Amino acid sequence: MSFDLAILALLIGVSAIAAITLRDLVHCVLCLAVTFASLAAVYLRLGAEFLAFSQVLVYVGAVAILALFVVLLTRTGEPRAESRFSPQVMIPLAVCAFVFTGLAAAAWSSSLKDSPEAVGASMKLKDVGRELMTSYVLPLEVLGLLLTAALIGAAILAKADDGEDDEVTDLGESQGQQQRPMVATTHSDPKHD
Amino acid sequence: MMPYLLLSSLLFSAGLAAALLRRNAILVLVGIELMLNAANLNFVVFWKFGPNPESMAPALFVLFSIAIAAAEAGVGLALILALHKHFKSTNVDDMNLLKG
Repeated sequence: MSFDLAILALLIGVSAIAAITLRDLVHCVLCLAVTFASLAAVYLRLGAEFLAFSQVLVYVGAVAILALFVVLLTRTGEPRAESRFSPQVMIPLAVCAFVFTGLAAAAWSSSLKDSPEAVGASMKLKDVGRELMTSYVLPLEVLGLLLTAALIGAAILAKADDGEDDEVTDLGESQGQQQRPMVATTHSDPKHD
Repeated sequence: MMPYLLLSSLLFSAGLAAALLRRNAILVLVGIELMLNAANLNFVVFWKFGPNPESMAPALFVLFSIAIAAAEAGVGLALILALHKHFKSTNVDDMNLLKG
């Protein structure tokens, strides 16, 4: 295990653990961005340049920033003083430890463990593009359709709830008008219609 | 290839812990993203150390996986926004009704 890989592994481990344990959600999402960027460096080290660049573009540039926007949009003043973890901690932790030991044992006992690193192997952008346009053109089109549908769906999800939110604020306003005499509020409802 | 596999196991377990343990829906989504990244790392490692390093299939698998994860994150975060407008909270423990 070489020195640069040790640094990257340390960075990934620390930032991933920080991303799932910190209290402030903004810090969590920023640590997540560090994890994604370090993973892109690991991809670069493994010779997959195009994947490293798409990792930076999609994960660091889009997913982490989108999560940051949602954290800031859903932030409601004072954080509640309750625990940030679920009440049952032991069983999920045991499941995670079991999964980790299972994965590590499977990796340790595999016959590929001592296989040498393919030195010259590298994903050339030209080859990736040719494969995408020949053998994998149908999955590429399906993926484009899926992305379009998902993003339109996301926009509709957010927009549809805006309508509900308007109704809720209308309700809140009419409740606020109850400070006036009752006769005035009963007359104000037809005016709204 | 052992360090890479241990690293991806650690990433997967951390993501699983976040998805199972955290109460905030955004952090649950973050855990799912971490698990997806662990799978992507495994794809690349098995391409690099496997018997067939001239194949381009792993790169395209990871590329499709990244794109689908982006779509999933977009829809998931839009759902969290909608739920936050409805429940005024992003705590998954508060979302226990099918009919709101």
